[in-house]
Amino acid sequence: MCGIVGLFSKSASINEHLGEHLGDMLLELSDRGPDSAGVALYRNPAPAGSTKLSLHSADPDYDWEALEVELDNRFGSSQPDVRASHAVFVVDAEPQPLQHWLHERRPELRVMSAGSSLEIYKEAGSPREFVKRFALDNVQASHGLGHTRMATESAVTTDGSHPFWTGLDLCLVHNGSLSNHNWVRTRLRREGIEFETENDSEVAAGYLTWRLAEGDSLEQALESCLGELDGFYTFAVGTADGFAVLRDPIACKPAVMAETDDWVAMASEYRAIAVLPGAADANVWEPAPATVYSWDRQPVA
Amino acid sequence: MTTASPAAVETVDLDETPLRELNKRLHQLGEPPEPAAWRVVNPGGRHAIAVGIDADVEVDVEGHVGYYCAGMNKRAAVRVHGNCGVGLAENIMSGSVTVEGNASQSAGATGRGGLVVIHGDASSRCGISMKGVDIVVRGSVGHMSAFMAQKGRLVVCGDAGDGLGDSIYEARLYVRGSVAALGADCIEKEMRDEHLVELRELLEGAGVGDADPGEFHRYGSARQLYNFHIDHAGSY
Repeated sequence: MCGIVGLFSKSASINEHLGEHLGDMLLELSDRGPDSAGVALYRNPAPAGSTKLSLHSADPDYDWEALEVELDNRFGSSQPDVRASHAVFVVDAEPQPLQHWLHERRPELRVMSAGSSLEIYKEAGSPREFVKRFALDNVQASHGLGHTRMATESAVTTDGSHPFWTGLDLCLVHNGSLSNHNWVRTRLRREGIEFETENDSEVAAGYLTWRLAEGDSLEQALESCLGELDGFYTFAVGTADGFAVLRDPIACKPAVMAETDDWVAMASEYRAIAVLPGAADANVWEPAPATVYSWDRQPVA
Repeated sequence: MTTASPAAVETVDLDETPLRELNKRLHQLGEPPEPAAWRVVNPGGRHAIAVGIDADVEVDVEGHVGYYCAGMNKRAAVRVHGNCGVGLAENIMSGSVTVEGNASQSAGATGRGGLVVIHGDASSRCGISMKGVDIVVRGSVGHMSAFMAQKGRLVVCGDAGDGLGDSIYEARLYVRGSVAALGADCIEKEMRDEHLVELRELLEGAGVGDADPGEFHRYGSARQLYNFHIDHAGSY
């Protein structure tokens, strides 16, 4: 099963409360995914030349302050924004040397995301617990994605939870199951893409990462999924400027979209959209199979 | 002289009343049902609203509903003033279910009788395995509509997606617009006078009397797939 949600703000009032709205949407889809939950939030872009990192530690008493001192001495770093098992740092370094350094010095940490504005938080456990622990109600953001997971293809762990980070400021949430993920994973490993889990959705994320590295636009990368990925899926992909939605050609996995003057939303079921302000008067439709839908922030005139 | 007072309308607010209570009250209606007119407000996309009714009642749902709305309906006239999720009027037996907006996948699936009217579009698998229900869609239907349709009529005033009527038995399909592709064993058939009469009745009954039956095409089974051919006995 699984539930996915996406919310893209077109107004200051939605921006201000985006975390709270996304949390409300997730709670509506708790029974589609009681095993784990996660969100990707796009907010507070890091200054040019620095990188925003979301890190996860399995140790609840992890000493983030010590890491901050070390990062600051080596590169220059902000104070960490700690939420439950995650911490977000803005570090004065390019993503690659920074990740390399972390891998060498702090192999116990998992990088959940890297980029300029993306933050990813995810954890095994009920969506209700998640929304509370990660205090989503006080988060402003321009847009975000969320996921509630009912595990089918791999274990219930933080690593197997969604969203999956797929590249700088890019992430994926997935409802469905892929049947050829082992073969695609093997091929992608040959192309140098690394995988952390046996999860099928991570393969979809890795496939997009590979296509984008090969020079595809996001739309091209998604369209090529239609030929390469066998199975059931509704994907929502977050980018620095917006998000995109794709359903497989059979389209067994549900999806509904809605738009008002203040927001664009997608969800597995309409009840997750019904909790948004003005939903009753929104334009509501079902995305067609095998068709890429995308929203971008309009450049300010 | 006094005029008869208008029949009482029972309003149920699903933000206040649990859905189970609404459905239970609809199931416990006597003969004749009292009240006979119901208004459901704040449906909020909830699943299984007004399922399993077996009474001569009218139910108006003011807003969007989730999955399986008005499933297994008998006799009741349910009208949704909004959009519907998956499985609208699934296995409808009789009565009518009308949607003013769009319906998601599998609308009218396995329906045995009655009438389903969708004033917007229906997505994929509309009328899948229909067994006697009539479905009238003012807009278009998605892929694999009328898959394995056994009996009843599906009328589409717009276009039909891929695989229309795949593995169809004896249901009759009428489409005004384009058909992306016919499914296995589904073919276009001649539109005879009796079909024009039947189609006009269906359109008028659905309140879509402005559509001209002459603009529709008829599709049905080539009867090559579900029949046992004695000539091919050697290959079974």
